[in-house]
Amino acid sequence: MLEIRNLHATVEGREILNGIDLTVRAGEVHAIMGPNGSGKSTLANVIAGREGYVVTEGEVLFDGKNLLEMEPEIRACEGLFLAFQYPVEIPGVANLYFLKAAVNAVRKYRGESPVDAMDFWDLVHERMELVKMDESMLKRSVNEGFSGGEKKRNEIFQMAVLQPRFAVLDETDSGLDIDALRVVADGVNALRGPERGFLVITHYQRLLDYIVPDHVHVLVNGRIARSGGKELALELEEQGYALYNEEPGRARRAAA
Amino acid sequence: MSDSTQALERLAASDYKYGFVTDIEQETVPPGLNEDVIRLISAKKEEPDWLLEWRLQAFRFWLTQTEPTWARVNYPPIDYQAISYYAAPKQKGDGPKSLDEIDPELRRTYEKLGIPLAEQAILAGVAVDAVFDSVSVATSYKGKLAEKGIIFCSFSEAVREHPELVKKYLGSVVPYRDNFYATLNSAVFSDGSFVYIPPGVRCPMELSTYFRINASNTGQFERTLIVADEGAYVSYLEGCTAPMRDENQLHAAVVELVALDNATIKYSTVQNWYPGDANGKGGIYNFVTKRGLCKGRDSKISWTQVETGSAITWKYPSCILRGENSVGEFYSVALTRDYQQADTGTKMIHMGKNTRSTIVSKGISAGHGQNAYRGLVKILPTAENARNHSQCDSLLMGDRCGAHTFPYIEVQNPTAQVEHEASTSKISEDQLFYCKQRGISAEDAVSLIVNGFCKEVFKELPMEFAVEAQKLIELKLEGSVG
Repeated sequence: MLEIRNLHATVEGREILNGIDLTVRAGEVHAIMGPNGSGKSTLANVIAGREGYVVTEGEVLFDGKNLLEMEPEIRACEGLFLAFQYPVEIPGVANLYFLKAAVNAVRKYRGESPVDAMDFWDLVHERMELVKMDESMLKRSVNEGFSGGEKKRNEIFQMAVLQPRFAVLDETDSGLDIDALRVVADGVNALRGPERGFLVITHYQRLLDYIVPDHVHVLVNGRIARSGGKELALELEEQGYALYNEEPGRARRAAA
Repeated sequence: MSDSTQALERLAASDYKYGFVTDIEQETVPPGLNEDVIRLISAKKEEPDWLLEWRLQAFRFWLTQTEPTWARVNYPPIDYQAISYYAAPKQKGDGPKSLDEIDPELRRTYEKLGIPLAEQAILAGVAVDAVFDSVSVATSYKGKLAEKGIIFCSFSEAVREHPELVKKYLGSVVPYRDNFYATLNSAVFSDGSFVYIPPGVRCPMELSTYFRINASNTGQFERTLIVADEGAYVSYLEGCTAPMRDENQLHAAVVELVALDNATIKYSTVQNWYPGDANGKGGIYNFVTKRGLCKGRDSKISWTQVETGSAITWKYPSCILRGENSVGEFYSVALTRDYQQADTGTKMIHMGKNTRSTIVSKGISAGHGQNAYRGLVKILPTAENARNHSQCDSLLMGDRCGAHTFPYIEVQNPTAQVEHEASTSKISEDQLFYCKQRGISAEDAVSLIVNGFCKEVFKELPMEFAVEAQKLIELKLEGSVG
């Protein structure tokens, strides 16, 4: 489903990704773990096509198509979703309205007519329950005045409504208390299925207690240092990232 | 330059959708202004002597005045003697008795503008008093309104049918000596709308007038007077589009509102006069004086405006809060792009006790557009416990436009509470990327974000108008992304 081959990328001229190879098949959940500054978020942004992240080598294929040639909105319309680490506020634009615009943009891309208002309403309500979201959040402006937890929950809610084929979760667990973490995980687990792939980027093993991955990769200095099953996450929890890092100081900070 | 910055830059490229000229025979007075011209206008309208005298007083005063230069706008000097001060569509016989009798060409013009007069009026429940150039040619729903004692007619008709009301209130809020353009208007005003809501009556529908400039080189001098008697309520809508023309056209309207005890007047405007071309050639000069008087206690006047057109906008819809507990509101969106200039805002003059005012101004500048908010909040010594809250937000698109804020606050009573907030922002790359990541194109993202920015103002507009305003803003931002 998603194939990353020898991916090198720079940000402001600095090389952050240093030859990543990773294949995620439909139905799989892969976790990317690693210390701060290892390139986790850069990987997420490169996949989503954010400006300023320059691919210098390698390729990313999404269902065989060259992802890197597509504009960010085309990637989204093709079924790629990024749950942002720092969701953006859009004052004055109601959450519900934003979501409908997104759903209709994707439908238009697929050559479908705009979503029926009643169908959309039903879908929204069903998905709201999934992430235990209050109806008042629909009327509030996108992420404006949301708490950290509400923002993350809103990302998962958007994902649940948009039903992408492939989702990248960029440190969705950071800053969440255990209840919010569980809600986010429930949302993701409900969407898991044979047609859908996930790349879950996290700093801590904690999230993976709830979203049990099929594969775990350790990203260090822009490269995958080790891959394994879900037990690898537990091992990292005990030992920290120090083993994988030439800069022990940074690893200690990261593990703290 | 980043993609999205380029996208924003390209906003300046979209065409004026309503650029066409209707071929209707005009009865036009030759260019120039003197007492004879004023006598001619007055005679054509069969006006009483007192009104002619009022016009002449205004004209004589105007001759002693010079154009104001304090606004932050630039334009070449206007030759007032090159302007024709009267134009009326020629009609067969006595004029139309119903909508069916209206010149088909004129009807088509309105249809092109998306205003099928009769049908839309019926469907939308809106009574339309259409002003085509200077003379009102169609009035609908009159009967229904008349049942409630509501008067909604052209200004000329009001002068004929209700001279006592016109005489009582004309110039009572904007005296003919008020300012250069208001004085000129007082001398030469052609037509406009008149509304009177009797005591205790709530006007059952939104009243609406569509203005349109059509005749080349003909100044437009509309005069509108709205009086809400004790306990009355009225919501009035004004929307404008103008056809494409090369010459600059002067538009100097005057709107006066009077609210007596417990009365409420809501006045909404969507202004889309021709803004000139992408190089700043042509376009309407919109020099308008709009003012409301909260004369009675517990009265309320609310201005909402969406200003997207005109080469130059010079406009300060204001409230004089004379009655105790009276309320003034001003909600404004002003969008300038290409070489458009807007100097707009409001004046809130607090005279009565416990008077309150709210100002929400949203300025959007794109291309080389220049947008200035100019506002005065004045608390007079008599205004115990007056309150004001002002909020002025500016949104910049690209790096060649400008936003300016000139808030004036004069407080002469120590019990007053006056708050002023201001912000200037740009559409951020983060916001655009967030929208794009959800599948929304850059162009749609920009209009989404801009509409969000304007929401506080749009929500004050009547429903159908809010949709229209939103579409208009989207139209103005069109052609941005390839």
